[in-house]
Amino acid sequence: MTDVTDATTARRGPTPDDALRVADSRREPMLAADGTPLKRSLARALRREKLRALMLIAPLLLFILVTFIAPIADMLFRSVENQIVSDTLPRTTRALADWDGQDLPPEDAFAAMAYDLTEAAELKVHTRLGSRLNYEAPGISSLFRKSGRGTGDAGEALGEQFVTLDPAWENPMVWAELMAPPDWLEARAAHYADGGEPEGLPAFKLRDEADTILPETASVYGGFARITQFEDGDDPAEEDPWSPIYLALHRDLAADPPLGDWSGPHADLLAAAAEAAPAMETVPLVQQFEEIDEDWLDPDVWATIKTFSPPYTPGYFLNAVDMQQTPDGVELRPETQRIYVTLFLRTLVMSLAITGTCLLLGYPVAWLLANLPSGRANLLMILVLLPFWTSLLVRTSAWKVLLQQQGVINDTLVWIGLIADDKRLTLINNQTGTIIAMTHILLPFMILPLYSVMKTIPPSYLRAAKSLGATDWTAFWRVYFPQSVPGIGAGSILVFILAIGYYITPELVGGTSGVFISNRIAYHISSSLNWGLAAALGSILLFAVLILYWAYDRMVGIDNVKLGG
Amino acid sequence: MSALPPYASTGQRIWHYAFRVICGLIFFFLIAPILVIIPLSFNEQDFFTFTPEMLRLDPEGYSLEHYRDFFTNSDWQQALRNSVLIAPAATLLAVTFGTLAAIGLSQPHVPGRRAIMAILISPMIVPLIISAAGMYFFYSRVGLQGTYLGVVLAHAALGIPFVIITVTATLVGFDRSLTRAAASLGADPVRTFFKVQMPLILPGVISGGLFAFITSFDEVVIVLFVGSAGQKTLPWQMFIGLREQISPTILAVATILVAVSILLLATVEVLRRRSERLRGMSPS
Repeated sequence: MTDVTDATTARRGPTPDDALRVADSRREPMLAADGTPLKRSLARALRREKLRALMLIAPLLLFILVTFIAPIADMLFRSVENQIVSDTLPRTTRALADWDGQDLPPEDAFAAMAYDLTEAAELKVHTRLGSRLNYEAPGISSLFRKSGRGTGDAGEALGEQFVTLDPAWENPMVWAELMAPPDWLEARAAHYADGGEPEGLPAFKLRDEADTILPETASVYGGFARITQFEDGDDPAEEDPWSPIYLALHRDLAADPPLGDWSGPHADLLAAAAEAAPAMETVPLVQQFEEIDEDWLDPDVWATIKTFSPPYTPGYFLNAVDMQQTPDGVELRPETQRIYVTLFLRTLVMSLAITGTCLLLGYPVAWLLANLPSGRANLLMILVLLPFWTSLLVRTSAWKVLLQQQGVINDTLVWIGLIADDKRLTLINNQTGTIIAMTHILLPFMILPLYSVMKTIPPSYLRAAKSLGATDWTAFWRVYFPQSVPGIGAGSILVFILAIGYYITPELVGGTSGVFISNRIAYHISSSLNWGLAAALGSILLFAVLILYWAYDRMVGIDNVKLGG
Repeated sequence: MSALPPYASTGQRIWHYAFRVICGLIFFFLIAPILVIIPLSFNEQDFFTFTPEMLRLDPEGYSLEHYRDFFTNSDWQQALRNSVLIAPAATLLAVTFGTLAAIGLSQPHVPGRRAIMAILISPMIVPLIISAAGMYFFYSRVGLQGTYLGVVLAHAALGIPFVIITVTATLVGFDRSLTRAAASLGADPVRTFFKVQMPLILPGVISGGLFAFITSFDEVVIVLFVGSAGQKTLPWQMFIGLREQISPTILAVATILVAVSILLLATVEVLRRRSERLRGMSPS
């Protein structure tokens, strides 16, 4: 065995540290060759030595931090992260903040949703948000997919009325002059004068005044300008504004803004629009939303959005323990949807069963290896080490082949006559398969720590016990077994830690009843794409393993890990 | 246990032999699955069990067809190429960084040694599926997901604990006065490292490297998530084969891999003995 012990116990010569201690014990200060006090000069040497050690470790530490620790941190972060709702629906999140969750939210929330969804649909992220909220309330996904296009038409009728009032309202340049500060317009003109392309335009800015006097219009137009410029690579002053901008303008004008303070261009245009606005024909937003999908009249949909609008959520963790967050608080999921607690329990029970069988099979073998003469023990050790070194997939494929109904084991049993040909055992794609295959795979991890502990138990103890009159059993149980307990502990924890996080073998031989929590994590990453839930399940599993690891560390020591050989 | 004393009672005799039989059965359980696939891989038919011809030892029942398939099928060849490309690259990274850090860690004064060690060993402790999930999330954020570099970095991280453990174990027996002697004779630290320290710890470095290599070469969970179809390795191809359409070629590949592991096991064993001999602790 290659035991790793603390490297400081290695053979070594005197170090600055030792010399410091010697120097400390003297009364008057000793001087080094260059005249500095010896103590200071030694301290400097010690510091340099520490620094050199750290410099040697630093590259690897950095490497592990970036390639391994950062991903784990990312996973922990993802298990609570929920910025997608407030990022995609910023205005709606704000508008719903004061809503009590009872009846339908106010008209403002519908308007905000129209703006947000239009932007999201332009960025093609509304379906992603839909799938996110669908984890919490099934059905929302299709609602969002359907509404993405529909809300873009909100304000279309108003837009036509504004244009009838004054054709300037459909002129993109007029809009740009209303919304952008003069310096942006000048920079834009200069850019084109230099022969620039629309892609290279200076970033669009909003005029402060537009933001204070026409807040909603400015906000929606700002979104339009940003997406036009940076997503589509076009010039906002040359593209037709979205319909919801007219809706926002109408709502701003209805709020009776202080248009008298407007110092920018087109003040008369605005004044005329403000005068005509109250007489314009409007359809209530609620009705427009109802036409898109009547689910929008369901307060629960809005409540779900409000519930999941904070940037961090315990929702994934609750989901991972079969609970859910509803507008009324935390509650258990409906019985048909509870799967994770069962799965965690099954993972636990099966890992325990595997640990148990490993111990049962490993103990006698380790005992034999520890008590045989070393030549024969080394020979038999190869039988333990060969499986240890053989590829996991090779061993899993072997079991997949052996355990089949038409496989070698069933064939042999039928041939011997133990079972009838039509009553072949189902050994695969169930828990039996998982336990058999994983016991085989993890058995060396039990035998090796057991062996290294048993190797240290002097055989004379057993002989002494027997010479004092103990029977074989008493001698074993009272004398030998207690001394082998550290090995049992180390081996069991090691096997259990490995078993609890296994993925490949249960996936291949476990069928549906023999899978572990890790298979569910993999499913959520690659099939259902519910990454948050996968991260939450993973975090719980990680936490469990870390506790076990801490126990292992206390029992065996962190750097006392044994590698077969 | 080694021998039965002449005064043993009948019960003790029975137990003695029964115990040996039990142990024999357990050894059989350990080794038989691996050995069984070797003859099965020469099956002439596409079956996963012994055909009557095979049991009669009829040469007709055996063929190299599945091996031929492995060496001609482009999927398997692509997978083999990827494995042979990724594993050495990951090993090289792991051994370089790992050896340096192990030397640093074995210095007598390292502030925070325990914490550093815990971090460096952690890839070995954290279940693979969790590492895979985290790496998948993080590497797709930074654009490493689905690239060779991503897979190599991930595999190097997995192999590093093994290098650290084996190299620190070798350094335990390293006599520090040798480096001081070299320094007093005028060698600079780099020359000392390559001429004095490296040759002595080489067995540990090589066996750490072999561990790192086999870790990467066998690894399938991480590569399933961090890699894409372009980085399909042998274990990945076997995994797909086992999950979807199980083809006997897998048994041929498995047999080849068993041969590879026997080779690696023998190398590690030889190195271990050599290193123990150098440390004056010859195996008993």
